[in-house]
This record gives sequence, structure tokens and C-alpha cells, in this order.
Amino acid sequence: MKLVTAVIKPHKWEDVREALETFGVTGMTVSEVSGYGRQKGHTEVYRGAEYDIALVPKIRIEIVVDDEDTEDIVGIITKTAQTGRIGDGKVWVSPIETVVRVRTGDKDSAAL
Amino acid sequence: MDGYYAFMLVATALVLMMTVPALALFYGGMSRSKSVLNMMMMSYGAFAIASIVFVLWGWSEGWGGDGAGNADGNIVNSPFDMFGLDGVGHANYIYVLFQLTFAAITVALISGAIADRVKLSSWLVFVPIWLTLCYFPIAHNVWGGGWLAQQLAKGSTFAQDYAGGTVVHINAGVAGGILALIIGKRVGFMKDPMKPHNLTLTMIGAGLLWFGWYGFNVGSIVFLPDNLADPTLFSGQFQGETGVTFMNTTIATCAAMLGWLLMERILHGKATSLGAASGIVAGLVAITPSCGAVDLYGAIAVGAVAGALCAAAVGLKFRLKLDDSLDVVGVHLVGGLVGTLLIGFLSTSKAPGGIDGLFYGGGLSSLGDQTLAALFTLVWTGILTTVIALAIKYTIGWRVDEEAEVEGIDFDQHGESAYDLHTSTSSAGSSGVLAASTVAPKSEGANA
Repeated sequence: MKLVTAVIKPHKWEDVREALETFGVTGMTVSEVSGYGRQKGHTEVYRGAEYDIALVPKIRIEIVVDDEDTEDIVGIITKTAQTGRIGDGKVWVSPIETVVRVRTGDKDSAAL
Repeated sequence: MDGYYAFMLVATALVLMMTVPALALFYGGMSRSKSVLNMMMMSYGAFAIASIVFVLWGWSEGWGGDGAGNADGNIVNSPFDMFGLDGVGHANYIYVLFQLTFAAITVALISGAIADRVKLSSWLVFVPIWLTLCYFPIAHNVWGGGWLAQQLAKGSTFAQDYAGGTVVHINAGVAGGILALIIGKRVGFMKDPMKPHNLTLTMIGAGLLWFGWYGFNVGSIVFLPDNLADPTLFSGQFQGETGVTFMNTTIATCAAMLGWLLMERILHGKATSLGAASGIVAGLVAITPSCGAVDLYGAIAVGAVAGALCAAAVGLKFRLKLDDSLDVVGVHLVGGLVGTLLIGFLSTSKAPGGIDGLFYGGGLSSLGDQTLAALFTLVWTGILTTVIALAIKYTIGWRVDEEAEVEGIDFDQHGESAYDLHTSTSSAGSSGVLAASTVAPKSEGANA
């Protein structure tokens, strides 16, 4: 199993969720996060005082998936979240040792 | 007369609302989320102390008459003549209360200059001393028939300050600047972003200030002695004058909002909500002394100039490296000076004040009087505020610990935090309940 983590632009989140649901993904963990990459932040002005706001709001999606679905899911996220402009985000995949469903005690693939 | 009396009850309550909660909201929204409660408490606390001080000796020191100034021509009136309102009839209490709300908001205005870093106890010590040494004497000299008013009235004109350009705004503005200088910058000033944490609060605060300002300006009507005796003349002055002051207060504020927005659009590229809220206050400040002195066009000019100038002035603190945190100097000192000095140019005999300024063929006499009244306030309050601020600095001290300031003055000074937004892990969660049942007296600490 793999953990797919994607950090994307907030306004793309609904599209990505819909595309993943169509593919058959039944659940995910989503958090509102902030950070920066090459995009850097933006400038805000309050009463003439300019502030460089380094952190940009992003959505982080975490999904645990079977090995054979990994490539498809990464592809779906990349395709759907893409605008082609700087700041579109990242997707990365990491290995998962074991997963347990709390309600039933099911393990690994049965727990997904 | 009964209509006027009922109006004064309403006007007084409106001005109370300007401090509690309007100013607290206006300032609270502009401060950071870790210090909003302390910022609001500076206004609330100032109101409570100012009220007690005012009825004990403030009225005596500033006015010293039965519901009006005693016009004794003295530079300082005795605080003990009418201690505890001795000699003020109950029917005149409302005029005392009206002035009480002005004293309270003036000292509360100063708090914006020293946000996020001052011990509540030091602030509550400063409030009564500053009122006693700065506010009541200036009020006596400008409104109570004290020395300055009588000196300036010897010429062909007299200094006009309808509702407090000198007494309230220049006074608070210069005091705020001096406190910011003596108390020093916030930790991280000009390095860390210190942006407003909730501009919706600030917008609500500015709106409530505007609403309350109708009590402040329109309620400041003073009747001519002849008109008090004759019911027809009385209602003539009442309706005519309140119409003008209400109108001027409205349109000057609108012009100032637009002036501020235009200026910041030119200087920084965007018209902001904070700019609109600030422009409203700048316009209200400038029309405060002048609402009875100018006509329609004069009011538009006063507002537009104040909005544009204050918008440019708030950037100065970064060049001066002066942490006047919420721009008490940029808005109240600059706005107060604009309103007070423009009277010298724009005052017209067609307005209730009845004096022609420079642009209406009145010569330089009015401008001279206005300048002297402004200077008197600047010098008096400038010197005495420096003395008070240094005295507090070298005795009880002004500032909270640096660590407490960085972590948030709300928790350090009040043991509270303003916002609890994490629904499942907040104080309502299991850990909070557990803490409350096991270490009940200290349970607030567990919520931090």
C-alpha cells in the first residue's frame, strides 16, 4: 500500500475530489494548510504598511491506496489540479506498512 | 426645552457607545489575535476610571459651574470647588454626564498608540493622572471659559472648537505619540508582520463611531443666553444649528472616506476596507471642531483634505521608526489639526459659529486664534504627558515581559484567549473537563 499526499490549490480541491470519486476512491483526509514553494507569497498593504505574506493557503489531501492504483490516482490528481501556472503544488507517494479499520479490526487492503 | 433635554439623554448615551464598544471594536480588530482582549480592555477600563474621576473632581476642575463652565478666566480651576458634584443640581446632571463621556473617549483614544505591550495596571494608573493634568485643564481653557478662551475672545474673533478638535483629538494625538516614543516599540516592529487580525470588527467599530458621533457633534450645541430666555428663539437655534452640524458631520465623513481611498489607491494601488474605516474616523475627527463653523462646501473640503492627508500621514511612523501602533498620531493629531486649522480658512458667518475665515473675507484673525488654541494644547499636553510617562516608566514600569508580549498579552494580563476555534480539541473537549474536575481553581490555565 502507498500513501498518496497531494498539496494543491484550494480552488482545485472540488474538481480533484470529484475526479477521485469517479475513479472509485471512497475516502480521504483533507486539511487546510499553508506553505510556500517557488511561488513564494504575496504582498498585503495595511494603512500603507506592506507585508510580505510568505505563506500561501493550500489544500493537503492524504489517501492510502493499493499499490496497483497508485499511478492512476497520482495521474488523476496531477491532471485535475493542473492550471499550468506557478504554485500548482506537489504530489508524492510513500510506502505504508499496515492499515487497520478501527470499527472492525480489518487489516491492510480489506481496511481501505 | 424638554425636547432638548430628551435629545441630550440620547446624545450622551450615543457618545458612551463610542468608547464602549465602538472604539474597542475599531482598535480590537486592528490589533493581533493574541492581544485583542487587552486592546478592548484598555477602552473599557479607561471608561470606568474616567467616569469616577470625572464626577469626583473632573467636572470641578474643567467646568466648575452648575451644568456649565464657570468662565472664571483661570488657567486651572480647583478640583475641590465642586468635589463630588457639590453644587450641581440634579437637573443639570445630564450635562455633566455628556462631558464625562468625552473625557472617557479622549483618554481611551490614546491606547491605540501603545497596543500589545503595556501592563493593565500601568494603563489604569496613567488614565486618572493624564485626565487630571491634561484633559481637564485643556477643557477648562477651551470650553469652560478659562484663561485661553478669554484671551482669544479679546480680538475680533474667538477660537472655535465645536466638539473637541483641540480638547479631544489634538490632545489624545500628541499624548499617544509621546507615549509610543517613551514606552518604545513592540518586539519585532518593522520586522514581523503585525497586520490587523479582524477587519470586520474594525468596520463595525468605525460604523458605530460614526453613529455615535452624531451625539458627540450635534449634542455639543451651546445656546446663546438670549435664546435661552425665549422659546421661539430657542427652537430656532436648536433646529437650525443641529441641522447644520448633523449635515456637516455626514458629508465631511463621506468626503474623507473617499479622500482616503483615492490617496491609497494612488500610493499603494488598492482601495482597502481598512482605508475606508480609517477615512471615516479621520473625517469625523476633522469635522469635530468645524461642524458649526463651515457650510456644505466647507464640510466637503474639510473631509476630503483630512482623508487624503491622514492617509499619507500614517506611513510616516515607519520613516520615524515610531511604533504608534494603531496610528493615533496619523489619524487624531493630523485630523484634529486639519479640522482646527481649516476653520481659519473655511469658517463662514453663514454657519452657526458666525465668523468669517480667510477665504470668506475675514482676514487672518480666525486663523490666528485657531493656531494659538492648537499650539496651547500641543505644548501643555506635550510637556505634561512626557512627565507622566517618564514617572510611570521609572516607578512601576510600563511594559510586560518580552516573552509575555511575544506569546500574547491577553493570556499574560487577563488569563484569557479571545478565540477558541478548534471545536473538537477545545476546552469543551475531554481534557478540559478533566482538568476542571481535578484542578478546579487553576482550570483556566489548562485551556491556554
